[in-house]
Amino acid sequence: MSGMATFSWQQLLPSWHGWTTMLSINVADRLAHRGDFFVGTLFRFLPIVTQIFLWTAVFSAAGSELIAGYSRNDFVAYYLLTMMARSFSSMPGLAGGIARSVRDGSVKKYLVQPIDYVGFLMAARVAHKLVYFAIAAAPFGLMFFLCRGFFPPLPEVPTIAAFLATLVMSFLLGFFLEATLGMLGFWVLEVSSLIFVYMLAQYLLSGHMFPLDMLDSITLSSSGYSLGDLVQLLPFQYTAYFPCAVWLGKIQGQELVSGLLVEAVWVVVAAVACRIAFLRGTRRYSAFGG
Amino acid sequence: MVRYFQIFGTFVVASLIRDMTFRLNFVLECVTSLGWMAMNIAFYLLVFSYTSEIGAGSGWTKPPFFVFLGTGLIINAIVQAFFMPSAEEFAEMVRTGGLDTTLVKPIDAQFLLSMHRVKFSAFANGLVGVALVAWGVSRLDTAPTTAAWVLYPLMLACGVAILYGFIVMLAAATILMGRNQGLYDFWFYITNFSRYPAEIYTGPWGGPLRMVCTFVLPILLVVNVPARSLALPIGTGDVRLIIAAVVAAAVMLGLSRLTFQAAINRYRSASS
Repeated sequence: MSGMATFSWQQLLPSWHGWTTMLSINVADRLAHRGDFFVGTLFRFLPIVTQIFLWTAVFSAAGSELIAGYSRNDFVAYYLLTMMARSFSSMPGLAGGIARSVRDGSVKKYLVQPIDYVGFLMAARVAHKLVYFAIAAAPFGLMFFLCRGFFPPLPEVPTIAAFLATLVMSFLLGFFLEATLGMLGFWVLEVSSLIFVYMLAQYLLSGHMFPLDMLDSITLSSSGYSLGDLVQLLPFQYTAYFPCAVWLGKIQGQELVSGLLVEAVWVVVAAVACRIAFLRGTRRYSAFGG
Repeated sequence: MVRYFQIFGTFVVASLIRDMTFRLNFVLECVTSLGWMAMNIAFYLLVFSYTSEIGAGSGWTKPPFFVFLGTGLIINAIVQAFFMPSAEEFAEMVRTGGLDTTLVKPIDAQFLLSMHRVKFSAFANGLVGVALVAWGVSRLDTAPTTAAWVLYPLMLACGVAILYGFIVMLAAATILMGRNQGLYDFWFYITNFSRYPAEIYTGPWGGPLRMVCTFVLPILLVVNVPARSLALPIGTGDVRLIIAAVVAAAVMLGLSRLTFQAAINRYRSASS
């Protein structure tokens, strides 16, 4: 299949017609089960209820108003914000779907058509997320309204702008990281174990489970560095922790600017890795089945 | 009754053969569940690096809490191994009409449908649960009494019975709803409340929630009662909880039986 996947910037994204078609397909698909989807999204907030009680209990015995710089209310707000951040950065089924299309041969239909496979996947995800937020806005809005007492006062406009920028970049980073993982399917037939390791690392190191500042108290032998310092070097934090910490005002000023720049660099690195994996992968690809 | 034990033994052997046919898959399933569980343990270790207790004066310091955590893992491992795989297949059987073949067999349909598949990889977490309980008990301020050791397996059985009742009722809902893809989601959200000591549910919202999750949907009794009976000294309130757990187990088993029978009576074959 060598040569089929030659890259041109015009092919990077589908045409406007392609975008609108994919968007309308996804809208129809989502709206078909809108009731189920609405209730399902609302149910996802149930664990927040237990988190509120858990952290209230932890703080009642901790003998301190702050844990790792976070108050009880900060913790609850943090968990709510991670749900929003993860709804941008999580890409359910992306890596597995790419690997499956390589394995069963269905990827070849993208390779022989005048569209870019990565661009097509990106367009489908954008459409999916747009529809998701259009419907999920109501349950999200309801939960954030009910829990408004846990949030600090609304941040200033630059912070809100930085927060939105981190969310958009977290979407791009999540997409390119998972797409790169899926592209490994060109080399290994079964990537489910790799996906599992990635999911595990992602869940633990992204700040999905707890604010990563809690890891600062764990020092690594005599090096003087903490586990938190090590985790800060990885890209995972930008898919959950970083946007939340920005909104809560834990990252400000120069630290915020450099954080945004590093996140942008990670997006570029992941996008290039994805493109290289795709080009190299299609060169060695032999179309089986289909 | 003996016949049912023999048939169950056959199910166990058949499931073991099936699991061992795909050994790599079995190992991966074990590693996957152990990975998620290790992450949870790491999270609680981190929490206890900032506090000595979960809930001021609740008694849930690190060793008792790890007994609680281990107990939860043991109960969930039993449920995930013996009942959940069958319940998941049940939804598909209703949708495809495969239930017809089962219903005409000369054996109790609920027994056959809820216990025909055993998932051995689920025991991996259970073994870690046993290790956590052993670790926690060895570090308790007061060693459990003989009465506590006798009560513990009985309360474990009550916890499993309550969850079994929930599973059967959720599975029975499949017949009424036609499809039940959210079975596992519902399961996750219901059991989520049982993952923490009941003492965390305090205050104007927590108090009523605790009452509802204890006496209406007895999910809080599942792990709390056995864990308390072993990890914390048994007080007057605990006796009431123990009685509540036994009653809840009996009620849930009875109610699930009635629900299942009612659902089967309403079943209209989907096959042609």
